[in-house]
Amino acid sequence: MSIFLNKDSKVIVQGITGGEGTKHTALMVKSGTNVVGGVNARKAGTTVTHKTADGADVELPVFGSVEEAMKETGADVSVAFVPPAFTKAAVVEAIDAGIGLLVIITEGVPVQDSAEFWAYAQGKGTRIIGPNCPGIITPGEALAGITPATIAGKGPVGLVSKSGTLTYQMMFELKDFGFSTAIGIGGDPIIGTTHIDALEAFEADPETKAIVMIGEIGGDAEERAAAYIKEHVTKPVVGYVAGFTAPEGKTMGHAGAIVSGSSGTAQAKKEALEAAGVKVGKTPSETAALMREILNNA
Amino acid sequence: MDLMEYQAKELFAKHGAKTTLGVVVESADDAKLAAEELGGVTVIKAQVKAGGRGKAGGVKIAKTADEAYEYASAILGMDIKGHTVHRVLVVPATPPVEEYYFSFLLDRSNRSYLCIASVEGGVEIEEVAKTNPEAVKQIAVDPGTGVDDAKAAEIVDEAGFPAELRDQAIAMAKSLWTAFVEEDATLVEVNPLARLEGDVLEALDGKMSLDDNADFRHEDHSGYEDSAAADPLEAKAKSKGLNYVKLDGEVGIIGNGAGLVMSTLDVVAYAGEAHGSVKPANFLDIGGGANAQVMADGLDVILNDEQVKSVFVNVFGGITSCDAVADGIVGALDILGDDATKPLVVRLDGNNVEEGRRILNEANHPLVSLEETMDGAADKAAELANAAK
Repeated sequence: MSIFLNKDSKVIVQGITGGEGTKHTALMVKSGTNVVGGVNARKAGTTVTHKTADGADVELPVFGSVEEAMKETGADVSVAFVPPAFTKAAVVEAIDAGIGLLVIITEGVPVQDSAEFWAYAQGKGTRIIGPNCPGIITPGEALAGITPATIAGKGPVGLVSKSGTLTYQMMFELKDFGFSTAIGIGGDPIIGTTHIDALEAFEADPETKAIVMIGEIGGDAEERAAAYIKEHVTKPVVGYVAGFTAPEGKTMGHAGAIVSGSSGTAQAKKEALEAAGVKVGKTPSETAALMREILNNA
Repeated sequence: MDLMEYQAKELFAKHGAKTTLGVVVESADDAKLAAEELGGVTVIKAQVKAGGRGKAGGVKIAKTADEAYEYASAILGMDIKGHTVHRVLVVPATPPVEEYYFSFLLDRSNRSYLCIASVEGGVEIEEVAKTNPEAVKQIAVDPGTGVDDAKAAEIVDEAGFPAELRDQAIAMAKSLWTAFVEEDATLVEVNPLARLEGDVLEALDGKMSLDDNADFRHEDHSGYEDSAAADPLEAKAKSKGLNYVKLDGEVGIIGNGAGLVMSTLDVVAYAGEAHGSVKPANFLDIGGGANAQVMADGLDVILNDEQVKSVFVNVFGGITSCDAVADGIVGALDILGDDATKPLVVRLDGNNVEEGRRILNEANHPLVSLEETMDGAADKAAELANAAK
């Protein structure tokens, strides 16, 4: 078991022929993910070839639309590597086609575009992860995104994080235990899947025994997650928040990682999580040590 | 990017919202000329990207042109919350009969937009929101449908604008909404939205934040960059395409990925507690492609920060492999040559880490020390910075 993505997932790539799309399609295929094709309207009818870990060639058809790709391949997951200016159109196309899971890797999407496609997605059947995220990996089964598949294997830890590199860092710290699913939800002000969505799914997933939740300054997603954990999560949760030393009013790279006024600070988030019974580490290594203690005593 | 008042008002006017632009000047002489030209009583307003200008003494009413000169001299060069005043706005004084509040903003929590409007408000809106929250109306705006005539009327009626101003308020709401959407703003705020003599509704002050991610469809927005206010190191980093923020500390930081770099700042600050309270000197995210040139550009910026006493390079090789990062560090030190004078503590982990460490060990650069863990490296960098203080 896992959340949102598993060995039966059939993955297509929107923007499969672009630079990033090519590089990461290769890595997804190499990791053993069942990539079944891609989309690029201008190159419809052609194919691209990538290699599995055993060196075998996999020839992937390029389709003119997500709808056509789904009809021909039975795909249920799409990973979008589409430039920011075209991301909204690509997302709307995927929603209209009825894809089950859409992972948007693209960084730099205008936030009004995200607000509009999120509003458009309401009441339709597509789960969105991202934008500006590393995607999702269920180790040993499938990768939909850019997380290095070799950091850690399968195990009892569920991981949800705003940040890409902190996702990798935490997987590395706990690689001896392994992960059910690790999901990077992205640091933009407006994102699809939230900490709460992932917590709910990990709580319901029998394979996940404990959860690591990584947040960072800005917004109130961590505070809301804390309230949710208090009410609904029975599994142990360990937390980490980045940005204690970030000065007020300065953007630190992620569009969402900005402290304005008193709310949204790392300290406020830490306190909210601790009030919900979550153990919060001061550093990534201390956070990993807290999780290690829980798993060793389980 | 936050805009100054006069810039926000320009965009309000561009989209049809009633406001008085006034004259922006950079010297007291020009302020006097502007006041003479406008005639009558004027208001001299500091133009900085910070709130609380009035309380800081950055807004003054000038009865004569000579007073305009006097106040402008006092305000120009003033420091308001860390922002130096380089410009003042001279506008005709139009005393409000009543003050209202109006804004559109991004509602992160609900992944939507929000309109906040109040007819009891104006400058003290935050106080009103605390003592009388009922008077501050929050109206959700669906990003899919936006603000049409009916929605604008709903907002205006919900907020309780006086009947004689209703049509003007609806027009104002629609214009500000157009400014919000057309300019890719995350905030449009009018405070105060003023009822003037003769029942005229006008945006007396304005604030706007624009979404940098949307710059590609707004070529004109680059004109709003406040290059005079930017830190010289930040300006240099920006010209090289680096994601850099100057902070007040001694340990220079380079890392990959915004989350990991923020985390690195925290870990260095904790480590600094045991080493003379040294602090991180900057945020610098070199992103995924840590090649020699990017590393050299980053080091060049950080080593030119006089406050910096040591540098911590913290990279987790995800897609980028550690050998490429190590090559980048060695190459950067070659490029910088004798300009590199401060100790570098390097921590590498992840993809191809053994090869990365081998490259650094083999280069055996006298300034570079390699540490196994993020915590250990932070401690070492803090120790070196403290020793060099």
